[in-house]
Amino acid sequence: MAKNHSIWAYRRENGRVGVRNYVAILPIDDISNAACEAVANNIKGTLALPHAYGRLQFGEDLELHFRTMIGTGSNPNVAACIVIGIEPGWTQRVVDGLAETGKPVAGFAIEKRGDIDTIAVASRKAKEFVHQTSEQLREECELTELWVSAKCGESDTTTGLASCPTVGNMYDKLIPHGLYGVFGETTELTGAEHLCKARAASPEVGEKFMKTFQAYQDEVIEPYKTSDLSDSQPTKGNIEGGLTTIEEKALGNLEKIGKRVSYIDVLEPAEAPAKGPGLYFMDTSSAAAECVTLMAAAGYVVHAFPTGQGNIIGNPIIPVIKISANPRTVRTMAEHVDVDVSGIVRRDMTISDAGDALIDMIVRTANGRLTAAEALGHREFVMTKLYRSA
Amino acid sequence: MGVPHLLVHDRRDNVGVIVVEGLKAGTEALCVVTEDDSEFTLEARHDAPIGHKLALTDLQVGDTVIKYGEDIGRIVEPVAKGEHVHTHNLKTKRW
Repeated sequence: MAKNHSIWAYRRENGRVGVRNYVAILPIDDISNAACEAVANNIKGTLALPHAYGRLQFGEDLELHFRTMIGTGSNPNVAACIVIGIEPGWTQRVVDGLAETGKPVAGFAIEKRGDIDTIAVASRKAKEFVHQTSEQLREECELTELWVSAKCGESDTTTGLASCPTVGNMYDKLIPHGLYGVFGETTELTGAEHLCKARAASPEVGEKFMKTFQAYQDEVIEPYKTSDLSDSQPTKGNIEGGLTTIEEKALGNLEKIGKRVSYIDVLEPAEAPAKGPGLYFMDTSSAAAECVTLMAAAGYVVHAFPTGQGNIIGNPIIPVIKISANPRTVRTMAEHVDVDVSGIVRRDMTISDAGDALIDMIVRTANGRLTAAEALGHREFVMTKLYRSA
Repeated sequence: MGVPHLLVHDRRDNVGVIVVEGLKAGTEALCVVTEDDSEFTLEARHDAPIGHKLALTDLQVGDTVIKYGEDIGRIVEPVAKGEHVHTHNLKTKRW
């Protein structure tokens, strides 16, 4: 059934399909947040994306910063983008990166002008963009033109039994017809890394995964490790939900990639997939907001988020669809749950039924339904930082 | 076919997951193995919350706990069949 679904979405200049139509006001450094927030306050229908970084970063960490900035601004859910930075050189670098994708973009630097004039000129441009983009019409696109990312959070044992397999079933049904998928969470595959390696599309890709996995263990875990990583793996919430060890959590996590599809490449954080339709692995943190921010920066436009205990995360530019199978969570945190698959643990719903329910929710979300996280105002935009700034 | 009290991923597993709220010690728990829908019963020996695990066999210190047919850690305190398995008696082998 899945491959025949149509959606109503925005076709962008580079051919990609977006499901939201934001005018983003993007600061490229922490000290430009105030100007961006002022522009967003002046001009209704715009969205400021404040964050904590962008100064005195260098090397690979700076490359990741630019990749995240450019990827976020050029995401197909963004119709047009205003870029503001303290100085003109790096501001222009981000503007040029966005312009390459055909995205309408304008950049403003604060030095030699000050906040107030910058806000005035950027607000006038933002108003132009709002008029242009608010007249854009959705058009009929194929469901499988979407790029759908996946990452789970506040997991418990129901996640591995039901909500992650629901996402896996969706991927099994849609990826063979052209959908782009991605999973990540490098630390959270500890204990399931041998199974993850075996799901690579080729031995070379499997080795690339193991190299990424091992690098994290060697560079981060070994020098800094503590018992259960100081109640971060598993988290207190995971333990409350019945998960005991990282191995148990990892095995449940990996259920998200389904039974049949293999991943065709291993991506750096925020790197756009470049090997065509299919499933990808991305090297990410397992912290929800960091991971979803990186996936959105890679170009994914809808996120499928299984949760057991009730992670409430959202993202400013991509809708995050919450799927839960824990009957207590869907009762006590109903306002956060988009797809209730608790029927699986009562055996009155199959994994395939649940996968179909998720596909239906992806279609409705793509067509414009606000997710629970969107309606509740969750806009967690969290940059990943690889090491201390200079 | 009733509503299960516990779900078990794989026939090789030696723990199962409670999927009902408020399970009490003494309950003859219906267990379903999701890989093949086979069923068995287990007497719960502890009260335990939804999402938590019960041992399907007696487990000794040093035994490996199996879930999804895979290694999820080692037993550090003896556990009897039907008892609660969690952080007090099961530890990771990783960190």
